[in-house]
Amino acid sequence: MRRRIGIDVGGTNTDAVLLEGEGVLQAVKTPTTADVLTGVKQALRGVAPAIGAAGVQGVMIGTTHFVNAVVQRRDLARVGALRIGLPAAATLPPLCDWPEDLAAIVRGQVHMVEGGHDFDGRPIMPLDERAIAAAAREMRAAGIACVAVASIFSPLDPAMEIRAAEIIRQEMPEAAITLSHELGRIGLLERENVALLNAALAPLAAHTVRAFAQALEEAGIDAPLYITQNDGTVMRADHAARFPVLSFASGPTNSMRGAAFLTGAKDALVVDVGGTTSDIGALKAGFPREANAVVQVGGVRTNFRMPDLLSIGLGGGSHVEPGADGRIAIGPRSVGFRLPELARVFGGAQLTTSDVAVRLGMLALGEADRVAGLEEGFARAVFAEAARMLEDATDRMKTEAGAVPLLAVGGGAFLVPDTLPGISQVLRPEHAAVANAVGAAIAQVSGEADQVFQGMTRAEALREAERIARARATEAGAEPESLVLVDVEDLPIAYLPGGALRVRARVVGEIAAPAES
Amino acid sequence: MRELQMHEIEALAVGAWVLGTGGGGSPYLGLLNMRRLYAEGHRVSLMPPEDLDDDDLVAVVSNMGAPLVGQERLTDSRNIARAVTLMEEHLGRPFRAIMSVEIGGNNGIQPLMAAAHLGRPVVDADAMGRAYPEAQMTSFAVADLKPYPLSLVDPRGIEGIVAKVPSWKWMERLSRRMCVEVGSIAATCKAPRTGAEVKAWGIPHTTTQAIALGESIRRAQREHRDPVQAILDAEDGRLIFRGKVADISRRTTEGFLRGTARLDGLDDWRGHGFDLAFQNEWAVGWLDGAPRVMTPDLICVLDSVTGEAIGTETLRYGQRVTVIALRAPKVFLSPRGLDFVGPRAFGYDLDFVSVFDAAAAGGNAP
Repeated sequence: MRRRIGIDVGGTNTDAVLLEGEGVLQAVKTPTTADVLTGVKQALRGVAPAIGAAGVQGVMIGTTHFVNAVVQRRDLARVGALRIGLPAAATLPPLCDWPEDLAAIVRGQVHMVEGGHDFDGRPIMPLDERAIAAAAREMRAAGIACVAVASIFSPLDPAMEIRAAEIIRQEMPEAAITLSHELGRIGLLERENVALLNAALAPLAAHTVRAFAQALEEAGIDAPLYITQNDGTVMRADHAARFPVLSFASGPTNSMRGAAFLTGAKDALVVDVGGTTSDIGALKAGFPREANAVVQVGGVRTNFRMPDLLSIGLGGGSHVEPGADGRIAIGPRSVGFRLPELARVFGGAQLTTSDVAVRLGMLALGEADRVAGLEEGFARAVFAEAARMLEDATDRMKTEAGAVPLLAVGGGAFLVPDTLPGISQVLRPEHAAVANAVGAAIAQVSGEADQVFQGMTRAEALREAERIARARATEAGAEPESLVLVDVEDLPIAYLPGGALRVRARVVGEIAAPAES
Repeated sequence: MRELQMHEIEALAVGAWVLGTGGGGSPYLGLLNMRRLYAEGHRVSLMPPEDLDDDDLVAVVSNMGAPLVGQERLTDSRNIARAVTLMEEHLGRPFRAIMSVEIGGNNGIQPLMAAAHLGRPVVDADAMGRAYPEAQMTSFAVADLKPYPLSLVDPRGIEGIVAKVPSWKWMERLSRRMCVEVGSIAATCKAPRTGAEVKAWGIPHTTTQAIALGESIRRAQREHRDPVQAILDAEDGRLIFRGKVADISRRTTEGFLRGTARLDGLDDWRGHGFDLAFQNEWAVGWLDGAPRVMTPDLICVLDSVTGEAIGTETLRYGQRVTVIALRAPKVFLSPRGLDFVGPRAFGYDLDFVSVFDAAAAGGNAP
């Protein structure tokens, strides 16, 4: 039986689960510690005794550590930015659209050199190798150790970025170099921003992944370590140490995938009701539907694929106020994590959705006597309003006319009624409190291609995109035979001749057995 | 003539995207250039077309090419300025002011970049009042004004002039071919216009209109009012349909993005369907199979919640959208104007009926 450990390192709690086949053998919740490592060790100690002699196949860790570093502007390295593409794009240099506070931390040096490609594969200019070497020497002299390289149309032809890395490595052999084509898609500024963020996180990522590995070792667990990423799949730890940005949205992704696993639903809506908001996402074939737009991370525009989430101001700590026209208003203000001091059932002054739930006997929290005076009719009207908000939000996230199941997770899930229009059934999974860790434990390995193809038939372009995606998945640690094409789309492009076609393909497969060492 | 404030240029970018009627490319890169130019101390003045002397010479600029290429090559504000000075060298005469060929999309910002570099005012007018895919779909072409010369600039130092052509269609063919050769993106200065021509045939006050549009959207968002209603109020627009994207198909033919989108009705339109056809921009919309709105009326597809415009390249399955119509510039409502930009110019065998005509106005809901 395949056993796996999934760990979710959240802002508040570090959760761990031991999974055997389809079942949860053990689940632990411990507080997240400032050094992260201690919390992970505690969580591992909680599940370790249940492992047994056969050991585990892998340990999968989901963490918001890296995205939080960007949002909170801490533990970030100074980066040397190298843009290849002059004379094009000169007036919009690297970091030109960053918030100034973050740019001031990350901007080490900015270099722009001649090179780059046109959409049809011709070079814009020959690569200026001497300028790259000179830039590398200047960066080394300034003590910069992290470099981000972005070349125009590198998703079509990465050769110039790869050559630039070789030249930089000659001058600065120890540098952590991020190449934009390894992470981003079409859209130079957004792809370059992703590479810059990744380079800024390189030292923290190396340190954190080392700490995770050390925690495993100290807990006596001999199994390969994986880190979960935005799309609900995992990458090997050494890969994660190089590409920390790929873990940015793993929190909501793991929560949705965990809920799907715990209920067996593959196509469903998921609502995660927290203290302040309800986040609604859609699962398709067990994976979150992805947003198509530009995504801001810490104020920086990126072109990541992130789960498509709709957030509404409805949570367990939401303020409840009688509205002006006799209607009830819930949220968006919330007492948040101060619920245990500000809510009525705890002697506070603020009426929250949790107080109303206690009044109706749907929740045991604080002292019920303190809300006994609430009129039952009013309390029922509050729940009707919450149901109306959820009906509207779930309907917004639906992409088909028929009724779909809704998976309700999170501490405020009591606000979700058992029936909603357009919802076939409301499912409340067991172990919902550790859905994130479960989502991590079940993760598979993926590979993706997103580029423009020319001079090929559509069928040829689709095949080539799939081939690239499969090669990338295998490189990321997938068992090649297990890979399945889960998503492929093509988009014709306006104003380009020769039937240019942008194709995106994604494959997913099982984690390859570790090589015998 | 007055100096534009940076917050007005921010609003212009929002409004120009709405007037792009689905195309024209995002104004974001142009806006980034303007932020930098203003931070460096450059300023741009906006000049009412009425202030032009009849024999003033006006540069008509546009960034030409594939928006996708623009996302990689970005926008360098100096290129569009060079297209203007290259034309001055060709003509041997200086320009009094600069205007855009189309206010819709990224080209709504292009003349401001040239103006900032060259210290010349921007004329508060354009030749489309929106975005259209081809060079002959302008008020100047409807007026049968001279279609040449044209200057074209690439950042590598490639500079070209189309000195003379017999028609606007020829200008489109030749300049498009040059543009593709330099990588499917180029800064261009179109056939220069006299002050008299701009006053007679330019579509006046469209920069001011785009700024006002952008400001009303931003204000409504700040005050948590319905931004779509704010647009309708500001522009005397018509609410056409509210729904959810049920299907979208796209294909490229002859370099244009063509396709259709199907919307399922919501709110007052529940149970009704709406079909939209596009060629880079939205062209025709059918309510339950009957033509409801068509070019040259401006068809804008907006995010139902934020009021921000959605492009034909970015519309996707499941989005909640509101379709509205804004008034077409008068010049396109003449029989000759309709030959250039009416439904038949896009291959739809329909007689143009404006949603703003009394007979067709009807109610908002079906």
